[in-house]
Formats: sequence, structure tokens, C-alpha cells
Amino acid sequence: MIEDREIDWLINEVHEYYGYDFSGYSRASFRRRVDRLMEVDGFKEFGAFLSKIRSEPDYFRRMVEEITVNVTEMFRDPAFYKTLRTKILPELGTKPFVRIWHAGCSTGEEVYSMAILLEESKLLHKSLLYATDINPQVLETARKGIFPLRMMKDYSENYVASGGHQDFSGYYTANYGYAKFSERFSKKMVFSQHNLVSDRSFNEFDLILCRNVLIYFDKELQDHALQLFDDSLSLLGHLALGTKESIKFSGIQKKYQQLDKEKIWKKVK
Amino acid sequence: MEKGQVKKLVLIGGSAGSIEVLMAVLPRLPIGMDFPIVVVLHRKSSDDNTLEELFAMKTHVPVREIEDKTRIENGSLYVVPADYHLLFESNGTVSLDVSEKVHYSRPSIDVVFESAAATYKEGVVAILLSGSNADGALGCVRVQENGGTVVVQNPAEAEMPFMPNSAIQLLKPDFIASTDDIASLIGRI
Repeated sequence: MIEDREIDWLINEVHEYYGYDFSGYSRASFRRRVDRLMEVDGFKEFGAFLSKIRSEPDYFRRMVEEITVNVTEMFRDPAFYKTLRTKILPELGTKPFVRIWHAGCSTGEEVYSMAILLEESKLLHKSLLYATDINPQVLETARKGIFPLRMMKDYSENYVASGGHQDFSGYYTANYGYAKFSERFSKKMVFSQHNLVSDRSFNEFDLILCRNVLIYFDKELQDHALQLFDDSLSLLGHLALGTKESIKFSGIQKKYQQLDKEKIWKKVK
Repeated sequence: MEKGQVKKLVLIGGSAGSIEVLMAVLPRLPIGMDFPIVVVLHRKSSDDNTLEELFAMKTHVPVREIEDKTRIENGSLYVVPADYHLLFESNGTVSLDVSEKVHYSRPSIDVVFESAAATYKEGVVAILLSGSNADGALGCVRVQENGGTVVVQNPAEAEMPFMPNSAIQLLKPDFIASTDDIASLIGRI
């Protein structure tokens, strides 16, 4: 297992060579990802691993892809989507224009889930979904809206559990083991690379979703990201986090009101 | 021992057939327990807290919910939430993780045991119960490598012996215990 001082060394070198700052990442999870990457790629020596990262930008890109977790699914936590559907979207519907930010969108499954909700609530035509991630590779997948067909059974069950009544398979075309989601959804999406560590607020939103991304940050970096969300949220806008995440004990807490026991907070100040 | 600092950490991992064992062990946890217990079970992903509520009815030890960056404190019992891996930070908190399943499982017992071993070293007491997959065995190896103690449920007694047997094939557990022994070992080790 990689040692603490080696992790520090790796973080410093990566920052110096490539400008990416992983120092605020959760140490336990960063360590596990690096251990796993070294094992998969057959590195016995930390020195050899580090030198490959330094000398080969392509390998550094691979490292970023492997360090950042890109596991996501459509309508994950159906109860959360049900709340969006019944409590948040009706409120957004009163606005002339709806702007939503998916921060850390990975391969985009949640963005397409949201687009489906918006369409069913007759809001898609006046909505714009901004989807960002640190990793350009996953954004490419997200942009295409093409997901493995074998996942559709689970997603369809999630969709129904979230209160969906349409025929889920009507939202995509199946071909060669892949499901391609209709372009009427991707037409409403803007994908761009954004790093929650170093990039700033770029617009004002009515709803920001960042689910199961902050778990990979330490407390300090979480606070920093929450401040960035606060800077990017309109008054009375909503912030949605993962089911085991919270703004409790963060600097922005006093300006927000939690929606019952949901992981959704409304900016009231 | 400095009050508040966690020196000893008890982990209980299991899958099919392990809840019955816990139901027998929980009522017999030592009074004045001065260490935390973290339970990691393969469970269906769901939002409800039925398992936590079930456990809370069976023990005098407070059962506390785990969220991201929860501080693990002496004297409490924690259950790893469904659909997340759990990792231990060196500052006494835990981080959640939704990366790939390990042994088709999230949470994975291996992930929890390995991370605890790296952080709490010889303070770890890992207990592996009944189950029908090999998750947890490698984690037990890491616990021993770091000086911790491994207790495996007696496979002859386990409803699903595959999990304890997988561990016994990989390492020599410090104890192979019956359900009756497990509760007293938790306090003694």
C-alpha cells in the first residue's frame, strides 16, 4: 500500500507539472484509487509510477480518469427524483426561464434523468442544463447521451419508482447494445470542463445538483465547493446533494432551509 | 486512554445469514463499551433505516447513522449505509464512496476492513460472519498484516459457511468463534 509521504509527493508533483490540485481530496479515497491504479497497471514501485505520470501527459490523463470516480446511474435514489418532480419542479415552473447546473456530472446519466423530468413537467422548452466535470473524457460520453443498453432495465425500474408514468423505452433508441437518448434532450444541455477546486462561478442557477461528488473532498474543500454553489445560486434557488451528504457545519448553512428530511436546501438569504 | 480518541475499533462484516447472528450478539455487548463498532452488511439498496432500527431495539449501545465525514466515536454502533463504500480517514472521520462494486457488493467488507487496517492498525478487531460470497477474506488478511485481530464465525455453525470458509482458506484467524463466543470476545480482545 502506498505510504502517506508518497501520496503527498504525488499530489505535489501533479500540482507542479499539470496544475491539478488534489490536496483537498479525501485522503482515504485518494489513496485507495491510487493503490488500485498502480495495481491494475502493474506498478510495483512508486518511483516508476510517479515518473510515468511526470513524463507522459497521456498517462496523467488516465490517472485523473481513474482517480475521479465515474460511477453514476439514471434516477439513482428514486425518492429524490420524486421530490424533485412533486416539490421542486412546480416551483421552477413559475419562472420564465430555468437554469440548472449538474456539478460533477460524470457520464451524464443524472442530466438525462433531469431532462426527462423537465419534459414530463412541460418545462424542458424553457430550461437549460449546464453539466460540468473535471474530466473531459466523461463529458464526451455525456454529450452523446449513449449508455449501455443492459442498464436500461434497472433505470426503467428507478424511473417508475420515481413516479414516472411514461414508457421509459420511448426516450431512447436501442442499437448494437447501446441506448441513445433523444437529441431533444441533449439540445438543452451545455457540457463543459469545470474544476470545483480551482474554477469559479460562471452563471446564476435556480437549481444546482452535486450528488456524491463532495464525498471525495475533505471538509475544507467541501466548504470551498459549497461556497462556490452559494455564489452560483439565485435567491430562493435550490441546492441538492447526495443522500448521505450535508451542508451542516458549513459556512453557508445559515442562509439555507432544508426541505423536510430531503438532501435539498433552499437559499433563503 | 485519552477520552474520545479511538484506539480500538470493532468491525463486523457479514452477508446472508449474518443478521440472525447479530440479533444474538447485540443484546450481549459489554456495558460501558469504550470503543466503536462498525457493522458492514451486504444489503439491498434502499433509503430506509430498517436495519438500524432493528439493531437499536436489540442493544443498549446507541446506534448512530453514518453520513459522509461522520466522526466515529467510542461507545457507539454504526451501520454502513446501503450503496456506499466506507473509508476511514486518519482524523477519526469516515468518507463515503460510490465507486465500483467489489465482489458485486457496495458496501464491500473488503473495502471497509482494508481501510480500517490502514488507519487503525493493531487496534482493529475484524469479525467475519456468515455469507455466501468471498468478500471480507482479503480484508481479514490486511487486518492481520497490520497487527489487528481477526475473528471468523465457525463455518460449521454459519447459515452460509462460504464467507467464513473463504477467510479460513486465506489466513489463520486469531479466533474461530461460535455465536455465543463472539459477544464476549468483542469485549475481551
